[in-house]
Amino acid sequence: MSLEISAKTIEPIRQTYDQVARHIGEGKPASRYQEATIGIQPTTNFHYRPLWDPEHEVYDESRTAIVMKNWYDFKDPRQFYYGAYTMARSKQQEVAESNYAFVEKRDQMESISHEVREKVRDFLVPLRHVEWGANMNNCAITDFGYGTAITQVTMFNAIDRLGLAQYISRIGLLVDGNETTSLESAKEAWLNDEVWQKLRHAVEDTFVLDDWFEIMVAQNVVMDGLIYPLMFERFIDELNHEDGATFAMLTEFMNDWYAETVRWTNALIKVTAKESPKNATLLAQWTNKWADRLTEALMPIGKAAFAGDGDVAVNEVKQQLLERLSKQGLDV
Amino acid sequence: MADNVFLILQDNEDARPIIEAIEKDNQDASIDYQPGMVRIESPGRLVVNRDSVSEFKGQDWDVMELQLNLVSLSGNIDEDDDYFALSWSS
Repeated sequence: MSLEISAKTIEPIRQTYDQVARHIGEGKPASRYQEATIGIQPTTNFHYRPLWDPEHEVYDESRTAIVMKNWYDFKDPRQFYYGAYTMARSKQQEVAESNYAFVEKRDQMESISHEVREKVRDFLVPLRHVEWGANMNNCAITDFGYGTAITQVTMFNAIDRLGLAQYISRIGLLVDGNETTSLESAKEAWLNDEVWQKLRHAVEDTFVLDDWFEIMVAQNVVMDGLIYPLMFERFIDELNHEDGATFAMLTEFMNDWYAETVRWTNALIKVTAKESPKNATLLAQWTNKWADRLTEALMPIGKAAFAGDGDVAVNEVKQQLLERLSKQGLDV
Repeated sequence: MADNVFLILQDNEDARPIIEAIEKDNQDASIDYQPGMVRIESPGRLVVNRDSVSEFKGQDWDVMELQLNLVSLSGNIDEDDDYFALSWSS
């Protein structure tokens, strides 16, 4: 008896969901990211308009002045959907945890000078309140925004911000040998210290913006685009010169996270500005408004944190941000 | 077509961005979905570019990762940090 083994091809009747196929073209296999993103936004058959905002439907495109023909044109270059996002963050968290464990195990903090610790207490730890503000803002965008291609990313971003705030808090605890003094003094500084008041004012003003896309620009593009390069790159570099790389290790996650998130905001700005000149004008207006406001707000922090050349550092960071955005097609 | 080179990859989620990148960068490549694998043939030369795959994948991709999903290939290999190319060099 002879046995013949042959392979038979079974053609799948369809490659993916209809709503995905309509977007990417019939007969193409879709990625998980596409299947988890495209066509997820509810668009019809809403029952009641919300009592708190009878002008709009529960999910409404007109909550922002930005107009998109297709809200799924926003693509996350990182292709984060729930699975990919959690796996990426869990890897990063392992690295971050081992960095924190290393600093604790080897008593790295012992060798840090009093001046550097004071600087960290004064200028790094209060940033946990900025991160909390960023969490609020990203939740607001997720709430009012339209289209899964942007709202799922802002939700992930909101959760990231809590993680970032927690890591900053842990730096505060490490500096004080697990006492909460620096957390308390950071809150006190955030609420009352003259240096932080302009920034706090700006952060609180972003909470009450009506247009969710303006929150997006103010928070994720401009504020992050100034604070991360200024505080987590330049300020930490300055600490390194004085006292070794301990704080660079502890803020590695922040820098990795920012480098990765910039890819998303760049792509978002590029796509939105390309859609129409009106969008581009709006984005440029918002960018200029918030870049000016936040540069001014960061000036006192920069001057106090950097020995001597704080205003130069703040202006350079602003210049870099505007240059990067003009490459994405904004007239700024 | 004696001068064809080919590359066969497993048909899975990891190989998808590689296949898309090959489709983009090799105009003449023909892609044939077979049970469990994908056979890509191209006259003379076939190149997999690191940048293209990274773009479709959304993450950095190392050319060596190609080996993880590679079933078979024919052609002389030219491998670099930035690309993996198959060709019949005369």
